Amino acid sequence: MFKLIFEKNVKGSNSFTLPPCEVPEVELKQEIPGDLLRDSDLPLPELSEVEAVRHYTALSHRAYGVDDGLYPLGSCTMKYSPKINEWAARLPGFTAIHPYQAEESVQGALELLYNMEEMLCEIAGMDAFTLQPAAGAHGEMTGVMMIKAFHQHRGDHKRKKMMVPDSAHGTNPATANVVGYDVVEVKSNERGLVDIDDLRLKMNDEIAGLMLTNPNTLGLFEEEIEEIAKIVHDGGGLLYYDGANLNGIMGVARPGDMGFDVVHFNLHKTFSTPHGGGGPGSGPVGVKAILADFLPVPLVEKNGDKYSFQYERPLSIGKVKNFYGNFGVIVKAYAYIKAVGAQGIREACQHAVLNANYLRHHLSQYYHVPFNKICKHEFIANSKEQMEAHHVSTLDIAKRMMDYGYHPPTVYFPLIVKEAMMIEPTETESRERLDEFIQAMAEIARESAKEPELVLNAPHSTVVHRLDEVTAARKPVVKWEDSRE
Amino acid sequence: MKIPKNLLYTREHEWIRVEEDKGYMGITDFAQDHLGDIVFVEIPELDSETGAGEAIAVIESVKAVSSVYSPVSGTILEVNEELEESPELLNEEPYENYIAVVSIDNAEELKQLMPADEYESFCKEQD
Amino acid sequence: MKYTPNPAAIVEEMLHSIGLNTMEDLFTDIPAQIQLKEGLKLPAGIGEMEIRQQFQDLAGKNKNTQDYPCFLGAGAYDHYIPAALEQLLLRSEFYSAYTPYQPEISQGILQSIFEYQTMICMLTGMDVANASMYDGGSALAEACNLAAINSKRKKILLPDTIHPEYQKILKTYSISQAMEIILVPAKDGNADIEALSGMIDKETAAVVIQQPNFFGNLEEISEIEQAIHKNKGFLIMAVDPVSLAVLKSPGEWGADIVVGDGQSLGNSLSFGGPYLGFFATSGKFMRKLPGRVVGQTLDTHGKRAFVLTLQAREQHIRREKASSNICSNQALNALTASIYLSLLGPKGLQAVAARSHQMAVYARGELEKAGLKLKYSRPYFREFAVLMDNPAAMNKRLLENGIIGGYELEDAMLLAFTEKRKRAEIDRLVAVLGGKTDV
Repeated sequence: MFKLIFEKNVKGSNSFTLPPCEVPEVELKQEIPGDLLRDSDLPLPELSEVEAVRHYTALSHRAYGVDDGLYPLGSCTMKYSPKINEWAARLPGFTAIHPYQAEESVQGALELLYNMEEMLCEIAGMDAFTLQPAAGAHGEMTGVMMIKAFHQHRGDHKRKKMMVPDSAHGTNPATANVVGYDVVEVKSNERGLVDIDDLRLKMNDEIAGLMLTNPNTLGLFEEEIEEIAKIVHDGGGLLYYDGANLNGIMGVARPGDMGFDVVHFNLHKTFSTPHGGGGPGSGPVGVKAILADFLPVPLVEKNGDKYSFQYERPLSIGKVKNFYGNFGVIVKAYAYIKAVGAQGIREACQHAVLNANYLRHHLSQYYHVPFNKICKHEFIANSKEQMEAHHVSTLDIAKRMMDYGYHPPTVYFPLIVKEAMMIEPTETESRERLDEFIQAMAEIARESAKEPELVLNAPHSTVVHRLDEVTAARKPVVKWEDSRE
Repeated sequence: MKIPKNLLYTREHEWIRVEEDKGYMGITDFAQDHLGDIVFVEIPELDSETGAGEAIAVIESVKAVSSVYSPVSGTILEVNEELEESPELLNEEPYENYIAVVSIDNAEELKQLMPADEYESFCKEQD
Repeated sequence: MKYTPNPAAIVEEMLHSIGLNTMEDLFTDIPAQIQLKEGLKLPAGIGEMEIRQQFQDLAGKNKNTQDYPCFLGAGAYDHYIPAALEQLLLRSEFYSAYTPYQPEISQGILQSIFEYQTMICMLTGMDVANASMYDGGSALAEACNLAAINSKRKKILLPDTIHPEYQKILKTYSISQAMEIILVPAKDGNADIEALSGMIDKETAAVVIQQPNFFGNLEEISEIEQAIHKNKGFLIMAVDPVSLAVLKSPGEWGADIVVGDGQSLGNSLSFGGPYLGFFATSGKFMRKLPGRVVGQTLDTHGKRAFVLTLQAREQHIRREKASSNICSNQALNALTASIYLSLLGPKGLQAVAARSHQMAVYARGELEKAGLKLKYSRPYFREFAVLMDNPAAMNKRLLENGIIGGYELEDAMLLAFTEKRKRAEIDRLVAVLGGKTDV
């Protein structure tokens, strides 16, 4: 059985020590009142260094990263994380600086943040940026809070609703709800795009704005974006850009040029910083001048060649996070942009879109592709044919992909397509990799018809088989308990 | 798809069994089938007031969540606490396991609900 | 640098295989008037050697804590980071992995989170913990939100001894109008328990206590715990994880929700981020936890396995009915904390906590000998405020003497001590603060 670290506990085996104490030692009991002190044991496990290292090394063998192979998760942009970025972020000049150090002692850090803000403004077509939010959803919250502050400042208290498309990622309506808005859904038409007539019908003076991602969650570019922007703006609302899908347009088009008023970017998607197994990320937010006053504090200012923090912003929404943002993540994204440069940003997008269309074209031989036309960086396929003929679902296909050594794509999202598979290869995959992937998918399609058991009971070659997720949710066990007690 | 004849049904797939001035309500076979394995039921709050069509409970499956709406206006007189420990009862016997008992403050509202055969046609349209 | 692997010839073949000729053909769905006509106004790309040079220069413009002993705390602490931890975090299976939505292929990540959740419960004395949040401040905001929603009340009582940034974050989050933040002035550097108790009423959702508080002082908790629970409100505690090695756990105090920042558990200072928000509650709120949670289960062959569970609480399922929009966690930072705790073990963590306080006690003695006075006369843990007229000017002088001084209050300087501080460093600090400029 693969053990938990607590099951490897050996009392007395840990030999971590500090250097001898240079000062006279005083008993804690003499300094701190007894009722404030812990009198119970700390039940953390004791291991030797070699066993601890082996434990985590073994865990790493049971994980799968981008360095292991293709990771075609739609809307996640699992592109390669360059190692020079990892090196840069680990420089002591960046890791060993305290956020409250005197500004004159961290001019390098401030310069980096300032330059990053400027570069993101250029890529987004925006006038100002905050680097404070820690993740995409956090950036969404920041952006929507600014929209609320904007309307409140204008004395417009009627706008209590926020629109989102029915194809939106769950964070969009969740964010709107958390900031205190009611959500109004806008329908998608049969082409998978925002239904302009429905939008026109629903836009009124109770709507604060519309949250949109472009390309949308089907990987399709909202071709009528200018009309969409006009409807929202004419109605007195603001347009929010969810930057999760920026990889489909960056360097080719800019959200600021399409009519968006506020955007968030995901540095851990589009700008190559690693996903870390679920974080940390970074979700900077950019705004047009009309919203700049509401940005969280502080911003970074430049006077001559001196950089400083600017806190005097009376209309700011305040702070959404401690300190200034996920600096360690921002360093990596900054290195990425500097490395690829203006031309590289555009090329990354072009290759990403080419790779997605290449897969879409060739996979459509084996799987139903509901919107089989030029897509951007990702596209939707589903198991319609496999379901109808052999009762093989998207879930089964995803599980079988693991036996072929692939991480499955995003499944069962967006909700408007049944049995969806959202596939995004990114620009860092070679044609050879893509051809191998197509072959594997073709094989799985064949198996679904001729040997469905293989697919229905997949995966077979992973360290564990399909899990009982029902019991896990009915009777949750979310920590280890010492069964000897 | 089981649809007992002695019950009334809502468009949100709840059923109600009228016993004088109170109604036992729950979710239908159609509902539990579509939800999949139910993992948790947020049971209604005892003694709270509700209107017809208002959400009084939440049902979670592994990958979905669904609100349960009261068929009638009234007060929640009883709740089925067994569902806290055994949510799967709603999958196994959706009509034997009620979720709540609601006082029927306005009997006219029952006329808005569907009898069994109408609900059966309604379900056929849904798929 | 180029990270796209396909050379021009292959790109051409790929385009032809799908019936297109140029890259531009792929973008005909974007209206021409929106597309950029000229390139982005950014510098051209550079190679790896130039990146090394540029970043070394940029990092070199910062005075770092490896060269300058650091007495800054105020929510971020300069603790020792073990070498094995740094090496393990280089493993790209950990850092280049995605969220473990496909459990069969992600057991390593899932198990590490399960172990992290367990360790947080061990430290805090609580029943359940989530897979982590962005940082201590946003975790506190989510805790207040949970209390408000579940008590169906709005008022959050906040003593002025809570970290000023936490206060700002709570105020910002209250734009939702789901909660009303009420600040209660401190009394001699501690929460004014009498005033707080007096203000608790039927509209009070929660009272927040930070332990140790922002000034390093220790709070008495029993009275306020009784007062808030009598009123059926929540006791929320914001704590320092290293201090929990020697201080009474929030679970023992009777806290309902515990939050804090796990930066000091092996995460570098990193100019403020990425850090680690931990969030733990008593068992009855398990189904109300925001964020991700990993649970234990069995696979079809009866093997123990781990999986993201209770997902029906989360934004991707609840959508507009979600009570939190958080989508991610700080997985790598949580892993860092777990590895740190594994390498130190309970005795190691106790040693770190105890030594940090020893150095603070020594410093206080020496400061008092040099004629300086502490601002507060309360029990403290490893951090305290020293009275002085011009803390900003003093910090300048300290920097000239090769020391990063403490956090500037209006009339005092907040100094923090860790196991890394040497006696000689403290002696030099005291000498400068005491007025000797030639050290």
